[in-house]
Amino acid sequence: MATSVTVPPEDAPRTDPSRRGWRRLPVVHQLRQSVGLQRGMLVAGLLLTALFLLTALFAPLLAPYGHAQLRDADGPFGAQQPPSAEHWLGTTVGGYDVFSRVIHGSRTAILVIVVAIVLSLFAGVLLGLVSGYFGGWLDRVLVVVCDAVYAFPSLLLAIVMAIVISGGQSSLFGGILAAAISITVVFIPQYFRVVRAETVRIKNEAYVESARVIGAGHWRIMTRHVLRNATRTLPLILTLNASEAILTLAGLGFLGFGIEPTAAAEWGYDLNAALSDVTSGIWWTSIFPGLAIVLVVLGLTLVGESLNDLADPRLRSRRAVTAGEAAETPVVPGGVLDGGPGGLDGIEETHR
Amino acid sequence: MTTAVTELAAGDPAQEDAPAARSRRGGGGLGSYLLVRFLLIIPTVFILVTTVFFLMRSTGDPITAALGGRLTAEELAQRVSEAGYDRPLFVQYLEYLGNVITGDFGTTLSDRRPVTEVLTTFGAATLELAVYALIVAFVVGIPFGRLAAYARDRWPDAFLRVFAILCYATPVFFTGLVLKLVFASGLGWLPVAGRASTRAEIELQFLDDPTGIYLVDALRLGDSEVVLDVLEHAVLPALALGLLTAGVFLRLVRTNVIGTLGTGYVEAARSRGVAERRLLRKHAYRPALIPIITVIGLQVALLMGGAVLTETTFEWKGLGFQLAQYLQARDFVAVQGIVALLAVIVAVTNFVVDVIAALIDPRVRY
Repeated sequence: MATSVTVPPEDAPRTDPSRRGWRRLPVVHQLRQSVGLQRGMLVAGLLLTALFLLTALFAPLLAPYGHAQLRDADGPFGAQQPPSAEHWLGTTVGGYDVFSRVIHGSRTAILVIVVAIVLSLFAGVLLGLVSGYFGGWLDRVLVVVCDAVYAFPSLLLAIVMAIVISGGQSSLFGGILAAAISITVVFIPQYFRVVRAETVRIKNEAYVESARVIGAGHWRIMTRHVLRNATRTLPLILTLNASEAILTLAGLGFLGFGIEPTAAAEWGYDLNAALSDVTSGIWWTSIFPGLAIVLVVLGLTLVGESLNDLADPRLRSRRAVTAGEAAETPVVPGGVLDGGPGGLDGIEETHR
Repeated sequence: MTTAVTELAAGDPAQEDAPAARSRRGGGGLGSYLLVRFLLIIPTVFILVTTVFFLMRSTGDPITAALGGRLTAEELAQRVSEAGYDRPLFVQYLEYLGNVITGDFGTTLSDRRPVTEVLTTFGAATLELAVYALIVAFVVGIPFGRLAAYARDRWPDAFLRVFAILCYATPVFFTGLVLKLVFASGLGWLPVAGRASTRAEIELQFLDDPTGIYLVDALRLGDSEVVLDVLEHAVLPALALGLLTAGVFLRLVRTNVIGTLGTGYVEAARSRGVAERRLLRKHAYRPALIPIITVIGLQVALLMGGAVLTETTFEWKGLGFQLAQYLQARDFVAVQGIVALLAVIVAVTNFVVDVIAALIDPRVRY
């Protein structure tokens, strides 16, 4: 559990630090590039994300009770108790401690994010690479299929997947896997489109041509020459998808298709359980899990948006231009690619 | 929920995806562009319907899913064979496709209604909610987006950008819950849930040939109290769903106004001595609105997903609420039918939006 937490989503592009030094690392590089308000937003986002990661990592130490604990030595907690010294944020209608469930919920969230992103990254990148590199009828079919899936309401797709995988009711790992795979299906088209567009562009570059002349095989060209240059927009999509994963997980939980309360703490489920409390004015059962979702998504989105704005010279803060770094295309593991002004043309082409 | 990523597409109105359309680059005008877009609906719907069918059926037959615990094995087997679920999957699939083509999306298991009837009964409510939400999104998103672009990198911009991010960082059901806590159960200004009070609903029943859109029906009824009642009930759900979309619009308008401000023709106008205010209002703002039209198409998918959650939060008896009910009842025939129907709606709306975008902006059709 703890090991998977150590992979923050924004660290994804596998640059080689020994070759480039830490200043060229994504995020670090953008942080140095940013100024003023933009830097403020990026820093705020990074802080919130770090807080989220730390909470998830140290959840058992931070939470006073277990996620499904209903009683302690003094007897049952009681349902819908207002915040007190023993229960800082009160108890839920089911008699759980709200604070503990909010803390434990971060673990569930991060597990789902990591599994979902790893799965969709693998599937989406592989499909995009093959599709863009070989072209032909396979490419056509994959593009149409991915477009169809992409245009569809993601939550509905996730619901269908959740039914398929778990039939709706699930244990801890069954539930996490179901939620993650449901989200994966929604994400694959996004990675597919971005990587495919980049691949189509890169495969006509002179260096790919040269590799082919030398006699490199398809696989080697795909992995060594194309893939390493096609990943420049991935960190941005990763952060945005991480936040989307949380929202989808919460949506599934809210509709009762998430993870059972006894198996793990999940914020969306808690909000669903709090639905009836709201009518009678009980606020602590809904506000805190909701705030947890908002803060995490806010943090990830701030990071993602800052990366996006920094990659787009039109949107980069004007003072950054005088800092002399304006022409640099960010997040390019292999250096600046084609001298184009925008670092994001790949993504703008591919997303409708 | 796709807000953040879809926004990136701002300047690019949906052509890259159409290989068929691309091959026609250079030749053909509006007519052939629209034809290709129209023909693309068919594979889109086909793929989605097929995917949903096989996914839903991979878990077993719907009758076992719905009634598994409640019937004996023999009764279950009998019901399954009566409904034809024991035949080869491919035969069922062909039959299902045939039904879908003739407009038959199946009959629900739990209340034995045709799915199309469910759509006509509850679709109006969802449509009403979606329209309100879009109004909120326009009213909040567009002026504030313009303001943020004008005040770029100054405090109103900072404030509005954080507001926009908050809008789509907040799950729509949490927005709904907070609104309910504050304005309904807290201050008591607005009703907690539902589309109208019981009295108003009864009055609306008496109308001949109701549209199902409560505001329209109430206006036809001519009773100002009912109109007020219906509007009061709509405020919170519309805000919850609308703010989600407003955040997207705000960002989009801001990005595009900043983009157009940097273009050559704005520079040219400035050098001719056009006043800065007029420059912003006429030259930069108007072209920046074009991508909004395309994005509305994407918002339809977002609104559909959001509507399921908003309707559940506010017990707004529309398609989404109904879908959630069927999900609870494990009525997967109904779920499959509604999802397939929504696929058709999304595909058709996207086509309509493409048509409008092509009519307004010639660049879209090459």
